[in-house]
Amino acid sequence: MTKKIIVIIIGILLVAPAVFAKDDASIQVKGSDTMVNLSQAWAEEFMKKNPEVFIAITGGGSGTGIAALINGTCDMANSSRQIKDKERALAEKKGVHAVEFKPAIDGIAVVAHPKNPVSQLTMDELAGIFAGKIRNWKEVGGKDEKIVVLSREVNSGTHVYFKEHVLAGTGEFSPEALLLPSSQAIADEVSQNEAAIGYYGMGYLSSAQKAVPLAKDEHSPAVAPTTDRVIAGDYPISRPLYVYTKGEPQGAVKAFMDFIFSKEGQEIVSKTDFVPVAA
Amino acid sequence: MPVRYKLKEFLFETIIRASGLASIIAVGLIFFFLLKEGTLLFQTQTLGDFLLGKKWYPISEPPGFGILPLILGSLLVTLGAAIISIPLGIACAVYIAEVAPPRIKEILKSGVELLAAIPSVVLGFIGIVTVVPWIKSTFDVPTGLTAFAGSFILAFMAMPTVVSIAEDALHSVPKIYKEGAYALGATQWQTIYRVVLPAAASGIVAAVMLGIGRVVGETMAVMMVTGNSASMPKGIFYPVRTLTATVAAEMGETVQGSDHYFSLFAIGIVLFVITFAVNMTADVFIHRRRK
Repeated sequence: MTKKIIVIIIGILLVAPAVFAKDDASIQVKGSDTMVNLSQAWAEEFMKKNPEVFIAITGGGSGTGIAALINGTCDMANSSRQIKDKERALAEKKGVHAVEFKPAIDGIAVVAHPKNPVSQLTMDELAGIFAGKIRNWKEVGGKDEKIVVLSREVNSGTHVYFKEHVLAGTGEFSPEALLLPSSQAIADEVSQNEAAIGYYGMGYLSSAQKAVPLAKDEHSPAVAPTTDRVIAGDYPISRPLYVYTKGEPQGAVKAFMDFIFSKEGQEIVSKTDFVPVAA
Repeated sequence: MPVRYKLKEFLFETIIRASGLASIIAVGLIFFFLLKEGTLLFQTQTLGDFLLGKKWYPISEPPGFGILPLILGSLLVTLGAAIISIPLGIACAVYIAEVAPPRIKEILKSGVELLAAIPSVVLGFIGIVTVVPWIKSTFDVPTGLTAFAGSFILAFMAMPTVVSIAEDALHSVPKIYKEGAYALGATQWQTIYRVVLPAAASGIVAAVMLGIGRVVGETMAVMMVTGNSASMPKGIFYPVRTLTATVAAEMGETVQGSDHYFSLFAIGIVLFVITFAVNMTADVFIHRRRK
């Protein structure tokens, strides 16, 4: 929450001088909250090198970004989920051709309190917990305590990804799952509550929470969410992050996209705790 | 000369009339827009499934658009906040209006106004770091993110409204009433309890209703502390999801023109109807008092 507010304030401070600056190229980027920090880091570095280009980053959610792209109020949309058919159809109808890029990968960490004795979970156990079929930590080798399930809100791309990939077999989150408005809110609750389990992008991990290693099934080894394991494809829950541009990128937008995929841009990806797509 | 005055008169009258109508037009347009978008949901869903359905799974296939758990969640949080804020608020108003010496009265009044000025996101933040862990350890519940946390925070948001309007009502009780009571040998407490409070009753009810109206519509603080789990509420110490939090949390990601999008507008209509009913009730009581 505070992180988000700081980002917004920085955003405003960045916008203010631009209003008075002379008319240079400007790029509006809108969308996924997961990607705000990453996008901001790219933009800052890019603007240092290309002071004539101004880039404004705003969050709001993947759907907000894509809707803005369709309505022509932004040049690039960040999204932590793929564009839906319905959205693509709407875009084409309005004459906007959305071009897709995948500049980074996000590993999703499953987190619990550091004092929680559970040292690993299989994907089936994880699905059982989040679907509300496994209700006590005892059933997965922990203490006799009710599990407090924490999820992101349904406006989160992470929520959608988790639902589609972890709960694929069982389908729904438990109706008793708490839906928290931000990754930071989940991090805060997990660090205070020994019975809680939650998930968010690897970037939010800190020493106040423990990432629970995950195994694909009973026979596979459990893997912790680290950059190496995500690149190797061993970690079971990771997803691509998307950037959509309005038509094929041109001019300043093209330069920015090239920067994102350059060595430097990809280093920024690792620095902000996401996983780069190219070395 | 008179012609010029007439023109001036006409001009100002028009401007003032336009300003007066502006807010009503705005409300009308908002309601029309909500209605236009919200009713599109009922091309695919029935009103009964929407209002009485127990499953809120807006992004599943097939989706569930039942808002009963959300309505009950909102009511539970509001009820809790009312139980906390009404006695506190009225007692505070009585103290300010009848008992407190002038200096303390001024300090208290500005203190209450200051409470109203605290942004709800700040109250929510304070709730997360103080009230939520306190509830978890004191009441020994699995998580402190509960309806009670929401009620507790919202009680403090409703207080300024309740106090200032109730204080106003108490203040406007004619002095003769009190003097009459004292002349008959009543104590101060007897005067307040038997004479002043009954005389100001309709104003106090209006204060309470307006306070409740504020609580029903509050979003940010509630979203931060109530856990937002869309199951049927089991009690005040379980997580709940409110109508307002649902709209705020889901609007950002929904596909425009989808049933989910329309359902959020339909929730907006429900909220509009609830707050309208609450405010109308308050209005009825305010007018009764004037008569």
